Amino acid sequence: MTAPHIDLLKLLSGLAAVLVAASIAGYILQRRLSPDGSNAVIENLNDRVKAWWVMIILMGAALLFGRTGIILLFGFASFAALREFVTLTDTRRGDHWAVAAAFFVILPYQYYLVFIDWYGLYSIFIPVYAFLLLPIVAALRGDTDRFLIRVAEVQWALMICVFCVSHVPALLSLEIPGYEGRNLLLIAFLVVVVQSSDVLQYVWGKLLGRTRIAPDLSPSKTVEGFVGGALSATLVGAGLSWMTPFTPLQAGLLSLVIVLMGFFGGLVMSAIKRDRGVKDWGHLIAGHGGFIDRLDSVIFSAPIFFHVVRYWWSLT
Amino acid sequence: MDFLTRVAAAAITLFARFITAVRGDWRGIEPVPRQRVYFANHVSHGDFILLWTVLPPRMRRQTRPVAGADYWLKSPIRRFIGRDVFNAVLIDRNRESRTDDPIAQMAEALDGGASLIVFPEGTRNETDAALLPFKSGIYNLARARPSVDLVPVWIDNLNRVMPKGEFVPVPLICTVTFGAPLHVGADETREAFLARAREALFSLSPHAQGNGR
Repeated sequence: MTAPHIDLLKLLSGLAAVLVAASIAGYILQRRLSPDGSNAVIENLNDRVKAWWVMIILMGAALLFGRTGIILLFGFASFAALREFVTLTDTRRGDHWAVAAAFFVILPYQYYLVFIDWYGLYSIFIPVYAFLLLPIVAALRGDTDRFLIRVAEVQWALMICVFCVSHVPALLSLEIPGYEGRNLLLIAFLVVVVQSSDVLQYVWGKLLGRTRIAPDLSPSKTVEGFVGGALSATLVGAGLSWMTPFTPLQAGLLSLVIVLMGFFGGLVMSAIKRDRGVKDWGHLIAGHGGFIDRLDSVIFSAPIFFHVVRYWWSLT
Repeated sequence: MDFLTRVAAAAITLFARFITAVRGDWRGIEPVPRQRVYFANHVSHGDFILLWTVLPPRMRRQTRPVAGADYWLKSPIRRFIGRDVFNAVLIDRNRESRTDDPIAQMAEALDGGASLIVFPEGTRNETDAALLPFKSGIYNLARARPSVDLVPVWIDNLNRVMPKGEFVPVPLICTVTFGAPLHVGADETREAFLARAREALFSLSPHAQGNGR
């Protein structure tokens, strides 16, 4: 076993311990307060704990399969997210080839570029090449009805679901002096900070939430929940500095950036859901909403985290 | 059912799930093994595959699609999928040349204990209308076997996955919604029953619920 595996094992067993405690607490709460599944808060809490278990198990699988496993995992996540996103767009027959190309050419090629570490191309492939080529494919079909809206939707879907998500496995390609072979832990750091921010905002919101932050977008988000969750997730991030190349102060600041981007990303994705008149992005797991519902905070924080770390810490 | 058809059935349902992440919405009935005639809207050859995919595995064996012999006997691969994998009740849609009565064939399959999947529009809907007028077949079948539950099933979004004339499917989420069962009334006319059945099916569609796109 090499160093990252030991650190990752430490992290995973720590998380597993937290989750065992959360599962037991959830079970007791359910037995005492919601035996017939009628208490929505407790059912929702238990759903979240289960989703966390899935994430921990997936991260454990990534530990076993390493780089290839991580890239395949996020490639599949992109596929499922794109499938949800395009389902809610106004694409029509004239977009058939452009959308098929997005799924079967652009998505696999983007992850292939991440796999072969070609930073110069994967960082511009979708914003430049897909951006210019897909509208051409759509235009060749000759359907001009709401053309601008349709091409914009396809491009947005690709940016959100493929480009942004692919920046999570792209963290593996950073070359940080003294941190060689441990990049998997950067992904673990990002995911744990984002997810603990979601959970802590939820907990603080339930405990102290009074003032709604964006009543038109997301009625459950409150100022108290946001501030409490952001600060405590920042502390969690600072406390995880042992597994990163950062000092505790740097880890805390990066966590704050991650948390802020994740929070506002969640608001943007809620606005899109409101616009399309849906409550959840999909139904991948019953009661959990879709893939994008679980990924929205990671989507917005991953590219920023990647570029900040790359600019200040990486040699490449 | 032999090994090859089992593998083919598993591969087809896995592919259907990969492309459509299809989910069954059991609104009017429970997914329990009970003899039924499922009647659905028809936009593509994949319709009965999606319906079949969301059924619990034990019910799939007992559920036979009713399909046009002209299409499903045309090539060896179609014959294998239609007849061997899905055990379809193949009917001759040509009134002049046919020797078997389709209603008698379907009634016979019901008497053998099977459930059926039928498409009362009679052909694939390639128009912009949500639902074509129903043919009489479902009425005749309901008269022939009045005690069997007729269950409306709305298959949503498959027309966007694979529009007419395209051969590459685009991955999009589909849903299969099951409504409450119907039976033909003792003195209900053909027109009244067909209109009622069509309305029951249409009411399950997102167009009817005002959140369609």
